[in-house]
Amino acid sequence: MLGAWVNMTEAGAVIEADGLVKRYGQLEAVRGIDLEVRRGEIFGFLGPNGAGKSTTISILCTLLTPSAGSAHVAGIDVMRDPARVRQRIGLVFQDPSLDDQLTGRENLEFHAFIYSVPAGERDRRIDEMLALLQLTDRASSLVRTYSGGMKRRLEIARGMLHQPQVLFLDEPTLGLDPQTRQSIWTHLNQLRDSKGITIFMTTHYMDEAEFCDRIAIIDRGKIVALGTPDELKAMVGGDVVTITSSRPGEAAAEIESVLGVTPIRDDGSLRMEVPDAKVFVPRLVRELSAPVDTVTLRRPSLDDVFLKLTGRAIRDEEAGTKDQMRAMASRWMGRRR
Amino acid sequence: MSAKATSAGAAQSTPAAMPVDIRMASLRAIYIIWYRDLLRYWRDRWRLVASLAQPLLFLVVFGSGLSSALGRDSLFGASGGFTYIQFVYPGIIGMAILFTAIFGAMSIVWDREFGFLKEVLVAPIDRWAVAIGKALGGTTQAMIQGLILLVLAPFVGVKLNVLTVAELIPLAALLAFGLSSFGVALASTMKSLQGFQVVMNFLMMPMFFLSGALFPLTNLPGWMTVLTRLDPASYGIDPLRRVVLSDSGRSSALVERFALTINGHVLAIPLEAGIMLAFGALMLGIAVLMFQRRD
Repeated sequence: MLGAWVNMTEAGAVIEADGLVKRYGQLEAVRGIDLEVRRGEIFGFLGPNGAGKSTTISILCTLLTPSAGSAHVAGIDVMRDPARVRQRIGLVFQDPSLDDQLTGRENLEFHAFIYSVPAGERDRRIDEMLALLQLTDRASSLVRTYSGGMKRRLEIARGMLHQPQVLFLDEPTLGLDPQTRQSIWTHLNQLRDSKGITIFMTTHYMDEAEFCDRIAIIDRGKIVALGTPDELKAMVGGDVVTITSSRPGEAAAEIESVLGVTPIRDDGSLRMEVPDAKVFVPRLVRELSAPVDTVTLRRPSLDDVFLKLTGRAIRDEEAGTKDQMRAMASRWMGRRR
Repeated sequence: MSAKATSAGAAQSTPAAMPVDIRMASLRAIYIIWYRDLLRYWRDRWRLVASLAQPLLFLVVFGSGLSSALGRDSLFGASGGFTYIQFVYPGIIGMAILFTAIFGAMSIVWDREFGFLKEVLVAPIDRWAVAIGKALGGTTQAMIQGLILLVLAPFVGVKLNVLTVAELIPLAALLAFGLSSFGVALASTMKSLQGFQVVMNFLMMPMFFLSGALFPLTNLPGWMTVLTRLDPASYGIDPLRRVVLSDSGRSSALVERFALTINGHVLAIPLEAGIMLAFGALMLGIAVLMFQRRD
């Protein structure tokens, strides 16, 4: 009976959370989170700092006990059997957790031992992961000499070594430069495609969330929206089209009468929100007699979604400073080491 | 595993099947935690050299200086049977063990500060494995450090034969184990590096000075007698000294003039070893409890 149940969940959700709540005294960091993550998807948990992302991920990874609610990862209750959950998940923490006095390979060997990777498979898997994350050349250098991106890659390789079903990453690209962030994403996609692993990650970078299959937007301890990036963006109401014209007044009147859209005039440019720009722009060019000099088209971003749902921009000033401080702190620690 | 659950036909059988796995994993974890500490110790040659420099300085400069200052009428000198350098030599071995053991075990604080401890604590192992692995790592490092100092014996006029060394190894191991466990217990209560300096100045230095490493623990003022007997290191260093000195061909009565006493009774070496072992076990127990609290 239990076997059947396990198989059933394996076909569907890998992570299930029901009404998760976490209180710290008076403060409610997580206020009732329900979610389902499907096998093989990249699931993004998006929200500003302090929204409850790290708390939720910590509960799912069995590092924190929820005050209420329940969660299953890989079909196992995180409260009842944390050790078995841990055998089935890989973790990449927000802050570095490597021994930088050991080599990359030694870090992986250590992990293989404490996660009971069978002795006969240890070397093969370590070699495979090093190759997959392009660290083979530097495997025998001390981690101290690695760049920030290499350390992150090594942590991802380590998290994958015991063949987990889910890889959890807490802000994996925090403090990395844009190019390195891009390469981390390439690797994550590759891992998902070649290993079929489920990836659950938190981020507060909107542009990164676009790479996820599905996203949950979290604000003040609650999920305010959940869906694919396109579904979420569709909530904003359409595309944004901006044109410039040498006779803007004439163009505006014509657009209103012919196309039935009221543009907002801003200096020489006219801005309008339309349900589908793919249909609208050809009509506009075809049917307008006033000259159109330029057409700019912008799809709504996740920033627009967050703004619409919460009435605030995701990266308010406070979060921005905190980030910078964190990045500075990690650089400083890196040097001091 | 799911096959097992199905054949047993009951949900309760699954958690019951697990502890064996976790226990094996924990034993492996003890080994790899110990191995990592040794690897780091071995790799950090400068620390190894630096940590030998201090005992040498004590032995050669402090020892020689004090030897000439101590008159013929003192416990040392020709009438005493032993020179001060001969006396202080086992004490210096004890000192090397004391510092290396506590420092080695307290590397946990560094692991916590630089994040590596997290990797260990989230692994699917029991937390006692972390405390034991660290305690054994500190013990081994301290043993190596202490045994390296044995090669200096000929230079201080101490004659060592194979049997003496064979007797010294388990005694040194007990001292190292007791103090490493103490270090792990201390480290498990510390959340940051700030506390480290405090421990260094207010615990390790007094422990060293009161341990009988530098002077005999006889004819001391009352308050100091009490403190020296409360110092666990005393019970580890005293047997080292007695074994080293008794090998120099002098009578055991001469050796016992330096021995640790309680109420004027000389403690037997096996009793001292037992005290050290009990202290180590107690400390390790505390460390395990501290680690098992989920934070």
